[in-house]
This record gives sequence, structure tokens and C-alpha cells, in this order.
Amino acid sequence: MQALYAQLLVGLINGSFYALLSLGLAVIFGMLNIINFAHGALYMMGAFVAYFLLNNDYLSIGYWPALIIAPIVVGIFGMILERTMLQWLTGLDHLYGLLLTFGMALIIQGVFQNYFGSSGLPYAIPDQLKGGMNLGFMFLPVYRGWVVVFSLVVCLATWFLIEKTQLGAYLRAATENPTLVRAFGINVPRMITLTYGLGVGLAALAGVLSAPINQVRPLMGADLIIVVFAVVVIGGMGSIMGSIITGFALGVIEGLTKYFYPEASNTVVFVLMVLVLLVKPTGLTGRAA
Amino acid sequence: MKTRSIASFLLGTALSLTAVGAACAQDKTVKIGALSDQSGLYADLGGPGSTLAAQMAVEDSGLAAKGWKIDIISGDHQNKPDIGTAIARQWFDVDKVDVIVDVPNSGVALAVNNVIKEKNGVYINSGAATSDLTNAQCSPNTVHWTYDTYMLAHTTGQALVKAGGDTWFFLTADYAFGAALERDTTAVVLANGGKVVGGVKHPLNTPDFSSFLLQAQSSKAKIIGLANAGGDTTNTIKQAAEFGITKGGQKLAALLLFLTDVKAIGLETAQGLNFTETFYWDMNDQTRAFSKRFSGKMKNGAPPTMVQAGVYAGLRHYFKALEALGGNPHDGVKVVEKMKSMPTEDDLFGKGEIQPNGRTIHNAYLFEVKKPSESKAPWDFYKLVGTVSGDQAFTPLSESKCALLKK
Repeated sequence: MQALYAQLLVGLINGSFYALLSLGLAVIFGMLNIINFAHGALYMMGAFVAYFLLNNDYLSIGYWPALIIAPIVVGIFGMILERTMLQWLTGLDHLYGLLLTFGMALIIQGVFQNYFGSSGLPYAIPDQLKGGMNLGFMFLPVYRGWVVVFSLVVCLATWFLIEKTQLGAYLRAATENPTLVRAFGINVPRMITLTYGLGVGLAALAGVLSAPINQVRPLMGADLIIVVFAVVVIGGMGSIMGSIITGFALGVIEGLTKYFYPEASNTVVFVLMVLVLLVKPTGLTGRAA
Repeated sequence: MKTRSIASFLLGTALSLTAVGAACAQDKTVKIGALSDQSGLYADLGGPGSTLAAQMAVEDSGLAAKGWKIDIISGDHQNKPDIGTAIARQWFDVDKVDVIVDVPNSGVALAVNNVIKEKNGVYINSGAATSDLTNAQCSPNTVHWTYDTYMLAHTTGQALVKAGGDTWFFLTADYAFGAALERDTTAVVLANGGKVVGGVKHPLNTPDFSSFLLQAQSSKAKIIGLANAGGDTTNTIKQAAEFGITKGGQKLAALLLFLTDVKAIGLETAQGLNFTETFYWDMNDQTRAFSKRFSGKMKNGAPPTMVQAGVYAGLRHYFKALEALGGNPHDGVKVVEKMKSMPTEDDLFGKGEIQPNGRTIHNAYLFEVKKPSESKAPWDFYKLVGTVSGDQAFTPLSESKCALLKK
């Protein structure tokens, strides 16, 4: 029984990565109507930026400032991508965005792999978050606890921003009827660019959070992105709360599978996706288009 | 009259056959296929570095000056047996490749083994670990160079059991390699009076090992045996440190660890780990000289891993056999037989031999990862703990199940 509690907690920790990543995807899909396949690559870039900040002889910027700087740097990179490429796809079928972002992901990963190889770079856990505590049923590394709490806060803040503030209301209105919103004097293209930057920044933030736990590797995003897409599809494309809840829930389900039948742990998410789509094609919390 | 014409016909035929034979023997063209994981989790330990090692073997053989024409092509099997076999088939059928080298990933290696046997090519495998390549699935076309699961189990495994680690829990990559390594190590543990208390099989390329590590932790086994490789091993070791597993008294046995893995983990976390390799760049003047030339040509300046060193040494021996044959007969079995008949000796692995089952025998070394304070240079990672001679480290012929031995 104790082992089961431990698996639940570990699942929750992995779920927080799924939640953060799928949240960014949901924001981008909800507001821009783009299926952002480059999300995994941008997540990887977040981890790499943190690595560079730390290991540059002149900068030596550690984990805490990197939590802010890396998402901003990668977010700006995302906004450049949006301005130079993605904005031309407005109004076209989803498929174009998917193909373009998939191609971008392959290029970004290829460039990083060419320069850094495949086996990864070490990134140490910050001193303040080293060690762990004995919870009785398991040893919880402090850093993992921090990841859960921090991701929850970020997820809820993003949800609040989009669903409860005036800025969020503009955003949602702009996706429903851009012409009308523009008539009110709001710069819709700039808002869209900033939104893409926000989604990308969330991916990069997850990358920084992940760097001390996983290796900083060019393919770290590619390994994760398919699972995260499954999370978004199960939660309902574009639904903010849906992707947060599903992200955490799937982490837990995956953790339990690792306990009861480890061989299936990589596929359980997709089995669930099929089941959900059979019963409710719009996803758990999605609305019919 | 009749007798004379028959005799002259026979003589003529014999002469023309000899002429054909001589023409074959004088064929001095060779095509090498470096088949590896070029982009996935084993790309750093083999991949482009293995192709470079093959190029260096060609240059150092000096055959070009003697009129030989040697070409190298490389391919990415993406860790998928079907892709690996498709490339191998195309290489033999269309590109007229003579020898395939490297091929990490035991699943791919075993599949490619069958193709090469069917096409009568030469297979110098350096990257794969499964001992089945020279055991149950041995082939007259195959030479298995650098290491295998039997050797890993009988060096690292045995040393740890003898040092008191008598209860084991396995974390095993769920494919041919993991299964072979777990099987061979289990045999060693049991033979030395130890016990296996449990295990878990994880999918290849798993980013998070915490669930599996918690199971290993609750098993209370003294040793957690890692029957995985590359990125899977580095992630396991890193996360085991995070969960305080080694501080809790359990010991990790990295049954297979490469130089590039230690670099990826960082000495801070990897220090103290025991493992086995058959080559390390900083062993002696010859290995250092080769590694210096090698790393000078690598984009990231990395010295060779044992897999890449094995590609180099295996090919050098292959060239020696071709020279001894006086040309390339394009007959895999014949070339491999020649390779087996000659003792091996090179700057990287020292003296050795190729057994009738295709297994190359050379020394194996037990290493320990240095503390950060002990490391004086960028790739100065290992401390030599012990040397195991080839006949002790690899499968004795009396235990081998290879059909080639039953003549």
C-alpha cells in the first residue's frame, strides 16, 4: 500500500510536466488555431538556454534567474517564428500549421543534435533544493516537490489570466471574431504574437524545470511531445482547464501502470486516448466546434 | 587423339579457372558499410564517431598506397530492426558492400546478422552487447569485437557479488539486449551464491525512472543492477542519486556504461560507480596517441568510446586478412575464416584472438569513476581497478552453444 502512495505521488510529479506543456499547447491552439508540433523542441530549447546561462564563463547564471530568463529568451524566439512564418497561415486549414511546426521541430532538433550529440549534458539541482524528506511511505526529493507546487501555481495563474481577466477576454474575443475586436481599436496581430510567445514561454519553463531531473538532450522534447498531444486531445483541444487536469491525471495513471505493468507504461496514454475519443470525440472537456 | 583433346580441354579449363581465381584474388576494391544509430540514444557512443573510426582504419591500413580502393558508406538504423535489415539488404544487393561494422542495439544487430549470413558478407559487430551473436545465433560471417553481455556479467557482476552484494534487483531495458544482460548476470549472481529478489522491465528510451527506482528501493536488494544502456542508464543513475538510493545503502551496478554516459551524468553524480570496458583512451601511450588523433577530428572533441575503438580495431584486422588473401575474394565466410586464423594485435586492444564462434578475446578492465577532484582533464574520468584476462572474461568455448563448434 505504501508503494502505491509513492507511485501516486511520482505520477503527480510527471503529471505536472504534462500539464505545463499541454497548457501551452492548449493556449496556442485555443487562441491561434495552430497545432504547435514545435512545442517539444521549444521545451528542449528552454532546458538548453538554462544550461548555457549556467555554463557560460562570463554569465554563470544559475537556476533561479534562468526560470525567468529562459522562458523570455525562448518566448522571443517563438514570437519571431510567429511573425516570420506562422502568421501567414492564418485562416488556412490546421494541417498547414501542423506540418510547418513539425518541420521546424525537426530542424531545431537537428541543429542541436549536430552540435551537442545525443547523450545529453548534466545540469545540477540547485543547492537550495537538494536533498529530500522521508514521508514515511517514500523518500521525496525536495526538488520534485518544488516542481509540483510551482507548476500548479503557474497553471492556475495562466488559467486565471485567460479566463478571468480583461486581457483574457480580449484574447478570447479576438479568436472568435478578429474583425470585430479590431474595430474596437485592439491590435489583434500583436496580441496573437504575444499569445504564441506566452505558450512557447510555458514550454521553455517546463524545460528549465526538467533540466535538473532529466538530461539536457536534443531529443528530450521529441520523446515527450506525442504523450503531451495525447493529453491535449483527451482533455479537449484548446480547453485550458481540461489540459491541466488531464495532464496531472495522466501522470498518475502512467505512474500506476509503471507499478502494475511496466511494459505498458509508454502506451497506456494512447489506449486511454482511443477510449476517450470513442466515447467523446471532442475530448473530456472540449466543446464541439 | 581423343585422349589428347580431352587432356588439353581439361588443362585449358583448369588454366582458365586458375586465371579467374587469380583475377578474384587481385580484386583490390572494398566497400564498408558503417551501420549505426546516427541520431538516437546510442548515437554518441557509436554513430558518426564509428564512421570516423572506420575512416581512420582505412587511412592507417596504408592499403591505398598499395593500390587498394576502399569506400565507406554510413546508415542510420534508428534502433529499428526492420530499418536496419532493409539498409543491410540494399547495401549488399545494390551498393555491393562487403563488410558491415558497428551496429549497436542488440535487436537490430541480431536481425542484421541473418541478412549478412544470407548474403555471405562480413559482419564486424562492435556496438551490440548480446552474447547470442556468438552463441545460439552465431554465424560463420560474424566477428563480435568489443564486448558482450557474458563479459559484462562475469566482470562487473562477479566483482560486486564477491564484494558482498548478494541480493539483486534488475532494472532492465525491454528488448533483446536487456534480456540477455539480465539473463547472463542472473546466472553469475546465482552461481556465486547470491539471490535475485525482483526486477522490472522498462520500455527503451524512458525519460523518467522514478517509479521503477521506488520499486527497486522497496525491494531492499543490496544491488540494483542496471541492464540498460546509453540515455536510459544516465537517466537512471541521475535519478537514483536524487531519490537518495545510494545514500540509503543500496548500490547501483551499471552493467554497461560508456565514456559518453559518464560525461552526460557528470562526475559529481557518477563518482564511485564500478563498471567494465575493454578500451579506455587513457590506458597507455598508444591509446592516447590514437585518441588524440580521433578527438581532433570529432566535432565536440570527444575521445573514442570502446565501441568506436572496436570498429577501428576490427577493420584493421579485416584488412590484414584481405592482404593475406592477396585481394578481396568477396566471400564473407572465407574472409572471416582468415581473420580467425590470425592472432589479433593492435594498439587499442592489445593481443588477442578470434574464437571459432566469432568471439574476439582480449583483456577487460574494471574501472571506477573518479571523484571530481581527481579528474585533471576534460575526459579524465576512469580509475583502473582491475584487469581480467580475455579467457576469464568471455564465454569459454566449452559453454558456447554455437553450432559452428559442432563439426
